[in-house]
Amino acid sequence: MNVIVCLKQVPGTAQVKIDPETNTLIREGIENVINPFDTYALEEGVRLKERFGGKVTAMSMGPPQAEGALREAVSLGADEAILLSDKAFAGADTWATAYTLASAVNKLGQYDIIICGRQTLDGDTGQVGPELSEMLEVPFVAYVSRIEEIADGQMRVQRMVEEGHEVIEAPLPTVITVVKEINVPRLPSLRGIVKSKSAVIPVWTVPDLGVDQSRVGLAGSFTKVIKVFFPQRVCQGEIFQGELGNQVECLMGKLKDAGLV
Amino acid sequence: MGIQIDLDKCVGCGDCVPVCPFGLLEIVDDKVQLKEGCTLCGACQEACGYEAILIEAVSEVEAVSDSHQGIWVFAEQRNGKLKGVAYELLAKGRELANTLQTDLSAVCFGHGIDEVNRLIAHGADKVYMVDSPDLAINQEDLYAQQLIELIRQHKPEIVLAGATSLGRAFIPRVAAILKTGLTADCTGLDIDTENRLLRQTRPTFGGNIMATIICQTKRPQMSTVRPRVFKKNEPDEKRKGQIIKVDFNRESITSKTKLLNFVEDLTETVKIEEADIIVSGGRGLGKAENFQLLRELASVMGAAVGASRAVVDEGWIPYSHQVGQTGKTVCPKLYIACGISGAVQHLAGMQTSDIIVAINDNPNAPIFEVATFGIVGDLFKVVPMLTEKLKNQ
Ligand SMILES: Cc1cc2nc3c(=O)[nH]c(=O)nc-3n(C[C@H](O)[C@H](O)[C@H](O)COP(=O)(O)OP(=O)(O)OC[C@H]3O[C@@H](n4cnc5c(N)ncnc54)[C@H](O)[C@@H]3O)c2cc1C
Ligand SMILES: Nc1ncnc2c1ncn2[C@@H]1O[C@H](COP(=O)(O)O)[C@@H](O)[C@H]1O
Repeated sequence: MNVIVCLKQVPGTAQVKIDPETNTLIREGIENVINPFDTYALEEGVRLKERFGGKVTAMSMGPPQAEGALREAVSLGADEAILLSDKAFAGADTWATAYTLASAVNKLGQYDIIICGRQTLDGDTGQVGPELSEMLEVPFVAYVSRIEEIADGQMRVQRMVEEGHEVIEAPLPTVITVVKEINVPRLPSLRGIVKSKSAVIPVWTVPDLGVDQSRVGLAGSFTKVIKVFFPQRVCQGEIFQGELGNQVECLMGKLKDAGLV
Repeated sequence: MGIQIDLDKCVGCGDCVPVCPFGLLEIVDDKVQLKEGCTLCGACQEACGYEAILIEAVSEVEAVSDSHQGIWVFAEQRNGKLKGVAYELLAKGRELANTLQTDLSAVCFGHGIDEVNRLIAHGADKVYMVDSPDLAINQEDLYAQQLIELIRQHKPEIVLAGATSLGRAFIPRVAAILKTGLTADCTGLDIDTENRLLRQTRPTFGGNIMATIICQTKRPQMSTVRPRVFKKNEPDEKRKGQIIKVDFNRESITSKTKLLNFVEDLTETVKIEEADIIVSGGRGLGKAENFQLLRELASVMGAAVGASRAVVDEGWIPYSHQVGQTGKTVCPKLYIACGISGAVQHLAGMQTSDIIVAINDNPNAPIFEVATFGIVGDLFKVVPMLTEKLKNQ
């Protein structure tokens, strides 16, 4: 079972705060982490390897410092890691990202499953996984919450939709995205940490992938960000005052006025 | 196209550094330096008082818009029933179509859908209906191929779909094949009339930042749109429109994946995505059993019960109740948040609700920043009082 896990390094957004004075993101002290959703993808890849043998390759496109995320992936059980990094890759939208990842997958050769996270914290689109599957012309299943069985070149999975669970069968190779319900990621092992320190992580650039410059990065992106702004939370909200009973009475009055009770 | 920094003009004031949403600027030796990853958003150019930052205007639009005409809405259904988001998109689509003076079409795949006429009453000029037993259940592979075929044939300039689990899974595949841009999870759509471009606004960084995105050189321009962000129009039963039946070609359209089974989640009587009133609980409830307080309030109000991620993670209530960035987006008439701090990821899922009531004992909790009405107090006192008063009316 050869598994490729696509993971991205992102700022640990959970701690992002807005500076109320300048209305900008406070970035100090924010470390980069493996996109939280991708840790489930990695864990599932490692579990598949433990169940069926084979190897797990972690792959990331990003600036040179994304190597840190890949080293962490090795400490968490990835056998190999590859960084796709080139100035030309910068500013990629999901199409250009998926195209670059697909080119690297093709260079890597044979694989059975590609696992992506459900979405990233920063881009937050969930589009890279499905786009990647189309570029590789392999089946795709989103929101996988359990891999039930893999046998005879088929895989049976459970996936989550709004109304409940679906059981889906797909032939390998397949691209899946996983949700956090699928597993509880392990902590790095001592052996893993030692291994990650000395792991050689190749960096693949535009010439290595043999891709067309105009198809990657900002140049290859069909969507363009033309404006970025901070959501304005104008609140003319009313905080009731006085004794609690009266406050509840006030609230009742307002809800009645609005025709809600 | 690109960003240029004129180091002769740069005085190293640093005004541009904090405005970069991606933190790519720094001052080194009294001059600004740019790291990789610039999306040419222009925030720094605006902030620079010395005209030291120049972003070349995006290249001229290729002549793409003439060959593509009309706005399409993917009208999602489940079990033969159209989803609310289909009507919401028609309302927005109608507005955009009027601005562009073009047609609005709905595209619907399924089997035996009896409300197809409603799509016209809600704003569609045309409905492309592909009816086949093969399409009765949501088959993403078939949907993707069928939609690609129709788009290639009729060449719409804009395609909108709900950012539901179905839409978010299969629309990217359509965009990948058509080699066009797709903007996920939009919460705002409008038209740049000068260039006939769709401006798509969406939250990123978990709702910390809003980004406006265009797709200039490719058609169609595609977006998935969050449910419950736009309001549906009142139906106009007299509206005229055309229903175009399209044959489903079983020979050419096949599925690689197979749906074997579906198990419905039957936890709640009122579903949060459809509820007019939601009573939602967070970690302030203290323990799972205390959700009972909210269920009582909800039952006298005919409301659904929602939750923050923190309590879903604790296992106090199933995931289907989670509101927020990684849960559901809701937009009820009334959202009552009890013991929820109002983290940005939670706000991302409920801040467009008509009326928000916050009940929290911490006056500095960010939930009060979005609340229409707030009670600073212990929910264990406030909620039972409210329930009691409602019962007695
Ligand atoms: C990638 C990512 C995605 C996320 N997605 C979501 C999401 O979809 N939805 C979501 O909700 N969160 C999400 N989160 C988590 C989010 O950041 C918060 O951790 C979470 O919303 C906090 O939940 P809470 O408000 O219930 O808990 P807390 O933040 O612990 O707040 C509890 C509140 O209850 C108040 N309280 C305590 N006791 C009482 C009392 N007796 N009476 C009244 N008030 C009381 C406290 O003052 C406090 O304000 C996400 C985080 C990340 C990193
Ligand atoms: N730059 C990247 N490198 C590797 N994998 C990525 C990258 N961007 C996105 N992915 C994968 O695609 C998933 C969805 O990302 P997104 O579409 O950005 O929300 C992530 O969870 C990752 O598994």
